[in-house]
Amino acid sequence: MIVRLMGEGQYRIDEGVRSRLNELDDKAMQALERNDEAELDGYLDQMGKIVRGEGTALELDDLHPSDLLIPPSDLTLEETRQLFSEDGLIPDLPIPAA
Amino acid sequence: MAGLMGRASTVVKSKFSKLLDKAEDPNEMLDYSYEQQLQLLQNVKRGVADVVTSKKRLQLQSDQLERSLVKLETQAREALAAGREDLARAALERKTTAQQQLQGLDTQIQGLEAQQEKLVSSERQLSAKIEAFRGQKEVIKAQYSAAEAQVRIGEAATGIGEQMADTGLAIQRARDKTEQMQARAGAVEELIESGTLEDFTSGEDRLDRELAQVSAQSQVDSELERMKAELGPGAATGDKKELPQ
Repeated sequence: MIVRLMGEGQYRIDEGVRSRLNELDDKAMQALERNDEAELDGYLDQMGKIVRGEGTALELDDLHPSDLLIPPSDLTLEETRQLFSEDGLIPDLPIPAA
Repeated sequence: MAGLMGRASTVVKSKFSKLLDKAEDPNEMLDYSYEQQLQLLQNVKRGVADVVTSKKRLQLQSDQLERSLVKLETQAREALAAGREDLARAALERKTTAQQQLQGLDTQIQGLEAQQEKLVSSERQLSAKIEAFRGQKEVIKAQYSAAEAQVRIGEAATGIGEQMADTGLAIQRARDKTEQMQARAGAVEELIESGTLEDFTSGEDRLDRELAQVSAQSQVDSELERMKAELGPGAATGDKKELPQ
């Protein structure tokens, strides 16, 4: 399974790591819903640390898409929310004119 | 409810699938996408250059403030030596303001440094993936019919689309940060121009002139001392001159 630390790079992780990430991800989501930025950042940092520590970095020229994307912890709450909206923080990819 | 990781991934994938849906001719889409990738690579390079320029501007200001600190400190000493505690106090007050600005600037410079590193790393990743994509694109175009190509394109195109979205985000964030810094740099420049952080000698108000006088007086005194020392003892009192040994 491939996970991307947004703004950083991609890593391959195993199932054990994934289930630990899932637990933190749930807590991160709850923190976001409570508007608790400090706690959210803490969980995201922990997730990043796990991925960096236990995952294997993908070669830079690997073209596999990621299964999971972990947002960076230095976003504001509002930016993190925007990350998940269609016309939010992630820029649109250029679509060729018909 | 999906967590953060899944949602972010869904948004990126849906953005890219829009692009794939639009593509009627896979070969054309591959070429078009490749052009866009090169364009984005140029943007990220420009982003790095912009961050470097902003950083330089802040560093110049920081140097300027450092010099102000030294000058204000000297002026405060001179004022105190001349018995003008009021002037010394005013100089030290300005020094404190300059010091606070300087600390703020240093934090901003570090912030820009971090943005620069992120952009450079993003550029490296995008560049490697574009190279890989170019290779696959040529293979796909040479070996597969349009229908087969459509299937083959999927993963590679989604992979590079994800990188493009990530790099695009990095550029946007760096741009936001740089704009904030520019605004701040502008504010500091105004402070410097208004004389608030400038040393007294170049200012125009009464305090400035008084301190400049004290400063000039002190400079005259020290020049006199130096000359006396050069001429040897007794030179200034009109005694018989002795040649320095």
